[in-house]
Amino acid sequence: MLPYLLAVWIFLAGLYGIVTSRDLIHTTVCVSVCQSSTYILLLAIGYRKHATAPVYGDIPSSRRVVDPIVQALTLTDIVVAVAVSSLLIALALRVYDSSNSLDPSQIVGQRG
Amino acid sequence: MTNQLRLALFGVGALCVGALLVWGVLDLPAFGHYAGPYGEIIARVVEPQRHMANAVTAVVFDYRGFDTMGEELILFSAASAVALLLREIKEEDTISVVDAVRSDALNGVGVLASVTTFVLALYVVAHGFISPGGGFQGGVVLATAFLIVFLTVEYHAYERLATTRFAEPLESFGAGAYVAIGLVGLGLGFSFLENFLPLGVTGRLRSGGSAAIVNWASALAVAGAFVLIFSEYLEGNMAARYGRGRRL
Repeated sequence: MLPYLLAVWIFLAGLYGIVTSRDLIHTTVCVSVCQSSTYILLLAIGYRKHATAPVYGDIPSSRRVVDPIVQALTLTDIVVAVAVSSLLIALALRVYDSSNSLDPSQIVGQRG
Repeated sequence: MTNQLRLALFGVGALCVGALLVWGVLDLPAFGHYAGPYGEIIARVVEPQRHMANAVTAVVFDYRGFDTMGEELILFSAASAVALLLREIKEEDTISVVDAVRSDALNGVGVLASVTTFVLALYVVAHGFISPGGGFQGGVVLATAFLIVFLTVEYHAYERLATTRFAEPLESFGAGAYVAIGLVGLGLGFSFLENFLPLGVTGRLRSGGSAAIVNWASALAVAGAFVLIFSEYLEGNMAARYGRGRRL
């Protein structure tokens, strides 16, 4: 049960960071924190006791393995997270260009 | 909105969301006792059916190849968007970039590390169906090989090696080849992205069938996307520091 609750905790911590963020780069990092909670949740769900990695190079095919599907999902999840982060930072740079600030409350034409 | 009001609002919201999540989590199978049937089925059939040793890569590029195509296109569009957002710097602005650190020893080690990383990346991609690895992981390592040149040799050497003129076509070719493989299969009378080539022998480099080509295509797309993202950020940063570009 603990790994699931850990995922919930990390998600809420990231959310707290997003809500109280005074800097758009910091916000981006907090979004990554939120996303990393999904890796923990996925991997925790797929874990099986006394199981090994689902790679049959040198283990017998009868060996118990963890769920390969959630691992594949986590892999693609990480790729999406990187794409989102890079895009958000690029947007933050453009915001800085136009308003000379990364603080959401200082940005002209935006309140937050 | 004042900070206190914001925090109070978040407190209420977080309590509700947290309670909802905990409630949902309580009904999940106990940790370590997952009984989902699909992973179990894949783990049993992957070797006899697809001749692949790595079940994770088999899921990514074969069983769920269609979903991975969507994933690939997300990365593709994100990298293109980063390029669109940051591309206003002229290349002349980075001509005057001077590398702060100059050391023959560092350059030598850097070139060695970069070449080693390049070969490692090809190894990780090529053995995707045999040992842990695959197109996504290998693609990122491949992009790192270029970044090491910037970190340890010099900016202009990196620029020449990884110009956006080269990264962009690489990214597009990889993403396009991924879709093209699916269409070729479709033309030959298979389903979209169904494995249509001979599967080879499990554990050999030539195993994986057409999913192996998809694996390489995604490696190129991922490497191209990452090099493109690195280049755009580095170019902007260098232009701001040394050129007439914007100040960061």
